[in-house]
Amino acid sequence: MTNFIQQIVSGLASGGIYGLLALAIVLIHRSTGVINFAQGEMATLSTFVCWALMDHGWAFWPAFGATLLLSFAGGVTLQAVVIRPIQSGPLLGIVILTIGLLIAFNGLDTWIWGGAAKQFHGPFSTAPIRVGGVAFSKQDLGVIAVAFVAVALIGALFTRTRLGLGLRAAAVNPIEARLVGIRVAAMLALGWGLAAMLGAVAGVMAAPSLFLEPNMMQTVVLYAFAAAVLGGMDSPIGAVVGGLLLGVLLNLVGTYVHWIGGELRLATALAVILGVLLLRPSGLFGRAALRRA
Amino acid sequence: MRIKLSAFVLGVLVLVVLPFVLTDFRTVQLATVGAYFIAILGLDVLTGHSGQISLGHGAFMAVGAYTTAILMANHGVRDLWTIPIAAGVAGVIGLLAGVPALRLSGLYLALATFGIAVVLPTILKKFDHFTGGSTGITLFGKPAQTGHGVGVWGLTNNQWLYALTWTIGAVVFLIAWWLLDSRFGRSLRAIRDSDIAAVASGVNRAKYKVLAFGVSAAFAGVGGALFAINVAYVAPDTFPIQLSLYLLVGAVVGFFGSIWGAVLGALLIQFLPDVVGLIPHVDTKQAGPTTLFFGLVLVVLMLVLPIVLRAASRLANRSYFGAL
Amino acid sequence: MSLLELRDVEARYGEIRALHGVSLTVADGDFVALLGANGAGKTTTLRAISGTVKTSGDVLLDGHKVFRRTPEGMARSGVAHVPEGRGTFTTLSVLDNLRLGAWVHGTASPRDLAHVFEFFPRLYERRTQQAGLLSGGEQQMLALGRAMMAKPRVLLLDEPSLGLAPLVAREIFHVLGQLHEGGTTIVVVEQNAMLALEHAQHAYVLETGRVVLGGEASDLRKNESVRRSYLGY
Repeated sequence: MTNFIQQIVSGLASGGIYGLLALAIVLIHRSTGVINFAQGEMATLSTFVCWALMDHGWAFWPAFGATLLLSFAGGVTLQAVVIRPIQSGPLLGIVILTIGLLIAFNGLDTWIWGGAAKQFHGPFSTAPIRVGGVAFSKQDLGVIAVAFVAVALIGALFTRTRLGLGLRAAAVNPIEARLVGIRVAAMLALGWGLAAMLGAVAGVMAAPSLFLEPNMMQTVVLYAFAAAVLGGMDSPIGAVVGGLLLGVLLNLVGTYVHWIGGELRLATALAVILGVLLLRPSGLFGRAALRRA
Repeated sequence: MRIKLSAFVLGVLVLVVLPFVLTDFRTVQLATVGAYFIAILGLDVLTGHSGQISLGHGAFMAVGAYTTAILMANHGVRDLWTIPIAAGVAGVIGLLAGVPALRLSGLYLALATFGIAVVLPTILKKFDHFTGGSTGITLFGKPAQTGHGVGVWGLTNNQWLYALTWTIGAVVFLIAWWLLDSRFGRSLRAIRDSDIAAVASGVNRAKYKVLAFGVSAAFAGVGGALFAINVAYVAPDTFPIQLSLYLLVGAVVGFFGSIWGAVLGALLIQFLPDVVGLIPHVDTKQAGPTTLFFGLVLVVLMLVLPIVLRAASRLANRSYFGAL
Repeated sequence: MSLLELRDVEARYGEIRALHGVSLTVADGDFVALLGANGAGKTTTLRAISGTVKTSGDVLLDGHKVFRRTPEGMARSGVAHVPEGRGTFTTLSVLDNLRLGAWVHGTASPRDLAHVFEFFPRLYERRTQQAGLLSGGEQQMLALGRAMMAKPRVLLLDEPSLGLAPLVAREIFHVLGQLHEGGTTIVVVEQNAMLALEHAQHAYVLETGRVVLGGEASDLRKNESVRRSYLGY
């Protein structure tokens, strides 16, 4: 029983990270219908930036704040410079371009910081706390809390602010949005900026337990895709809930289905992706969009 | 047509002459290029002509490579005979993958195939009694190896590998050419350009899309088998996600859909590190710079290709170039 | 002085030319109807004004040429365009749709919202519903209400009565009449020429991308060829 609870707790902790990155993926997907395959590598790059600032003697919080700002600016720039020129072209062209970004960022990280894993000291202690035989760390609790805060902030931005209304309008009907005076191009760039920022949060939260190296997010991004698909691809709350569910599911399956164990953890995530896409494409929280014929 | 035929003959001549003017080391590098070439041809058929994207074509290469390796190492099957078997095994798996792929839109097919490529090494490691796990399977010196790693028929081993790979490469190229020029290819393009119109004119959409997957996978399987024979070693890390993504880069470089461009793509995969190494102060012993440039090549191509293609189609409309 | 003027405007979709030099003027406070058969270029004329199609030739607002027209820029200059097919943000609520109408003014003032709801009480009843779930007539009301929220100087409407029951179409035009009395300049494209000429002050007739006739609505109603071609009696 203790082990069962233990697996759920640590599943939630890793699920929080999947959820954060899934949230970033969902933000871009719901605004333009594109899956950004580079999301994980963008997160890794952001995390390296944060690490480099700390390596230069910055304390965590200022370094983290600067990283968020830089990531936001980077995301906006990226959209404006490489995505916008082919925005009106075929969707798969943009998707393939994000593959190019994935490869390029991975190479850039390796070039600048090398392939060796680096220790990353986050804001929360990783020292275990034991409560009735269940071990967890402040880091675990912190990740879960950050995931919920992030989704609450994103939710508030979308539903409570004028800017959020503009973002939603630009996503639903870009042509109409321009006619009411919304600068749709700016909204799309803003979406990429927000996604890059969320990715940075995910990376910085993941780095203390995963160790920082150029391929750090390469598997995490697949879990994040699974979380996003599970949550319904267009639902921010679905992304985070999907991430937490996936984290718990993978841990339980890994512990209690011996044939799967830890080795087929990634394969289980892939099975989730394929299963949801083939059996219930709208996921848990996605609703079939209302569209006029 | 005549221009294409002369281009093919010229290409074959160049291939025959090359080993006589190149070092042994370059020759074996070019043999690997041949393996990539065949896999990219497969990707051309699938993505370029049937419009189904695959970000996981390295997985089909792996199926071919492991088929060859297991047959050679555990069952003593002569390497040459494993190649058609590898094509068959990969082809059947491709057909099986093509069925669920029918239900996925382009975006989700990209996602699913990306997932397969990421997961593949972990699956190869899991079934270690079959695949040799992380240590992989060594083929060097195995009795099933033609020439036993020292050469055959007066050729050095590397020349032999080169000759083998490119002979098969030329055959696969001709098959691809013929296939894409036939009713099969026309049906694929009709489906790619308009699902509805193709169905309305009587093309069996499901059949052709699944067949494209099968053919494409079989090609990749042959590429994988030759890759295994060339390197004489397979391991899970021989087939990382990067391989699949580089194949995609290669296919895009060859102007998607053109089997003629596949050579260009294959050369890029093999020789981009050398090219990047020519840039002053760039150390390509480390993977970073090459990887960065791979990515940049793809990004720039995706930005430039639409412009090029638009210009090309405008030119083609002015009849003269259309005749080419 | 005219509020809106088009001088020799040409427009094309790819290789196909849709407008061959359209010139027309709309006075401040005018109510103008654009008439013509399918494909005559009425919709394209509206799109040329709001910057949703590439054009050559000049569009003048308040006598000043507008360079580099973009839809968002024109919206900011006080041009509200309600395209054909009751373009609404289908997955957003009615209230959000109306708020978006006031985007160029920042936030939507409660007074303006109340004003729209006075005109269209049914929108108030459905304010929390998704726009996509409204009936066709309600969606057209929403589109119109959204344009009202922008308090535009010029309101461009494309086929507001299309697919609506005659009574609902009358209701829409009745509202347009009231807006016009309130001082809004209106340009409407309408298949139902009878209905349009009843409410409009001026009208232009387009044929194959050109203006072939223009004048007082009352005169056009009496014009023999207009009667035969567009009014059907």
